[in-house]
Amino acid sequence: MSKQELILPPMGALGFVRYTWRQLTSMKTALILLFLLAIASVPGSIFPQRGNNPLRVNEWIADSPVSGPIFDALGFFDVYSSPWFAAVYLLLFISLIGCVLPRTKVHWRAMFAPPPPAPRNLLRLPESMSFEASASADEVLARGRKYLSDKRWRLLVAENSVAAEKGYLRETGNLLFHFSLILILVAIALGGLLGWKGNVIVRTGQGFSNTLTQYDAWGGGRFTGASRLSPFSFTLDKFNVEFERSEAQRGAPKLFEADVTYRRVPGADAENVRIEVNTPLEIDGAKVFLVGHGYAPHFVVRDAGGEITFDDNVVFLPQDGNFTSTGVVKIPDSDPQLGFQGIFVPTAASNNLRGPISIFPGPDDPAVFMSAWRGDMGLDSGAPQSVYRLDTAAMEQIGIVALRQGQTWTLPDGSGSIAFTGFERWASFQIAFDPGKEIALLGAVLAITGLLLTLFIRRRRVWITATTNTEGVTVVNLAGLARIESADLPGELQLLCSVVSDLPDTASARSTDEMREQK
Amino acid sequence: MSATQLAAASNAAVYASMVTLTFAMVSFAISFASGRRRVAVVAPVPHQMNSSGSTAVLTRSAGGTPTNDQTGIRSANIGMSLTWLGFVVLLAGVVLRGVWAGRVPWGNMYEFSITSALGILGVFLLISLRRDVRWLGLFIVIPALLTLGLAVTVLYTEAAQLVPALKSYWLIIHVSAAIICAGAFTLAASTAGLALVQSRAERRGKSGLARVPSAEKLRTLTYRVLAFAFPLWTFAVVAGAIWAENAWGRYWGWDPKETWAFITWVIYAAYLHARSTVGWRGDRASWVAIAGWAAFIINYFGVNIFINSLHSYSGV
Repeated sequence: MSKQELILPPMGALGFVRYTWRQLTSMKTALILLFLLAIASVPGSIFPQRGNNPLRVNEWIADSPVSGPIFDALGFFDVYSSPWFAAVYLLLFISLIGCVLPRTKVHWRAMFAPPPPAPRNLLRLPESMSFEASASADEVLARGRKYLSDKRWRLLVAENSVAAEKGYLRETGNLLFHFSLILILVAIALGGLLGWKGNVIVRTGQGFSNTLTQYDAWGGGRFTGASRLSPFSFTLDKFNVEFERSEAQRGAPKLFEADVTYRRVPGADAENVRIEVNTPLEIDGAKVFLVGHGYAPHFVVRDAGGEITFDDNVVFLPQDGNFTSTGVVKIPDSDPQLGFQGIFVPTAASNNLRGPISIFPGPDDPAVFMSAWRGDMGLDSGAPQSVYRLDTAAMEQIGIVALRQGQTWTLPDGSGSIAFTGFERWASFQIAFDPGKEIALLGAVLAITGLLLTLFIRRRRVWITATTNTEGVTVVNLAGLARIESADLPGELQLLCSVVSDLPDTASARSTDEMREQK
Repeated sequence: MSATQLAAASNAAVYASMVTLTFAMVSFAISFASGRRRVAVVAPVPHQMNSSGSTAVLTRSAGGTPTNDQTGIRSANIGMSLTWLGFVVLLAGVVLRGVWAGRVPWGNMYEFSITSALGILGVFLLISLRRDVRWLGLFIVIPALLTLGLAVTVLYTEAAQLVPALKSYWLIIHVSAAIICAGAFTLAASTAGLALVQSRAERRGKSGLARVPSAEKLRTLTYRVLAFAFPLWTFAVVAGAIWAENAWGRYWGWDPKETWAFITWVIYAAYLHARSTVGWRGDRASWVAIAGWAAFIINYFGVNIFINSLHSYSGV
């Protein structure tokens, strides 16, 4: 090769944009972006995510004070809303649009264009055959034309040849699939902008009405106002729960269901309904799901003079599968302030060796382990406090004791007493409104339809030429071409062969392979 | 039959099918090894080595020792029969498990694993009805046996009632699709791996594994299987999303199981794109198919056992 220097024309700004666009929309870039998307998704399954488990995220960061904040800053605890994850999928979708739009244009034109005419030498094609027919050339072509058009092939008829093409739905399916992905992304965005989701814990006998203040946690999209919440309310009448008692999978939940009374709007008729794990309650597009449950032990606290300072059920949060649950009781008005940290076990271990741990999720032998604290619980600092945590930094421990139901503990410093009088159950509900989900479902159905079309329909062309040779015999050439190797094409040609030669079998026809072998 | 008898019968059937499949594996291995020996005998003939392509393979097999060839074919046939037997016995085991538990036998990892082994064998046998895939037997029976081995040793759980979250007809739809995909993905990973071996041999001008088709044919088969499995996997994920919407209040929540299902989906999507990208069609696409299977396996074992997920129904 001569060592000539290749001189490229100057690119210019427009040229650079065009070049970048070409690179971005190329298949190779799409491939690399797909791999990046797969890799970028992995950390979200390894690190706890704020969206799913904010408590574990906080624990993680607290446990590793050095790497925790770094990972946090890099977005490893909010992978799916992090800028780098968004960058990957947005680039992928831009690449997708840039690829699909031109292809749509090409496909649109192709749908109205006739198939390409027969190549000069049909027998050079990988699938072809040649045979002599008794009928005239015109007759052969007419038969072929009728057969192909009956089978809904697209035709181009010339003087002594027929060209046909089929399988356009393959590309239609391909485009449909990719457009459906865009539709799903739009649906997700719609749900994110207009939808909302909240969690609330409701004790048996208590009620809930759908306003922001009633939620324990609530998150809404940019265009979701509190005023858009539909004004329904419900009361948890009864919560039924059963656990597996047999040896196999002992303690696994067998059933939980919440019986509620609800009103669509204030003053409307009350309706009774049972909410189960797979059967949510739907009110005005919002769905009420049963997502968890637990225990709320009842405590009575008295001061030194015997006056009741606290008399209520307290929601305890389960910590393990056997519902070892933790919670706190705060008496901020006593002087000094009084607080209790508690562990509730529905079934206490018979030997105390394992500590305050429940051995069965059902309430066979309920007990609480209480730790009493006295001092300043830090409410005056103004910082919001969790109702499930007691800040004991400025408090001193008075004592620890285990209580069975009905037992009272007189505090050792004489500041009063606490009694464990019983327990109730609570259920936690997730209430969600997602206006995008039907569109997402439509997108998914269309995507699968498109996939099936594009993966199972084969685009292929066939050509027939028929000429009369010098001896007056009709010579018929058949050929087929498929973009992707098609196992059906030889069979299709055989069929076509028997149709145009009007023979029940095609023994007289010789395929190209046989002819080649004889050479 | 009483519950104890049903349990004993189901377990006995699973063990019996493992024994049968072990014999099938030995038969396939003999067939495989006899093919290798045949190539070894022929290899020193120099002028035949120069020709390339499929014709060369044909010439050589004509010069091979006929006894080895017959042994190979016969033991491959025995392997196929034993695989059918193992499949039927395992099917009985899975059905009995379902009768014992009084529900579909997909409530925990043990049950899912024995059904997945059934899925692997089922997809293979289904293909074997339409084309000659005896050469693939060894690479199907081994993963099926490994799955069953893990199931009976590590994952074994007594039958119990379904946890409330699984009490839905979506269990049947979602999980059955996933099980068929398990079979198809495993099969495709086997053929993709074999394609890599063959293509390596072909690059070096050797004939590669005997009786195993050419790299190109293996890649086509891999594509066919994945073209069938990809829409089905899409369906399994969508069905899971519909179920999740019904049970947990959101159709997608990036739970680790969902995340890995998504990763698997993206890798197989990349595979399909690689098939139509210049420079990626060959070995690279095979590697992508294997990576997809790896993601599926991580999702199955890794997420169920090591990661705290909403999908922790393993029972282990």
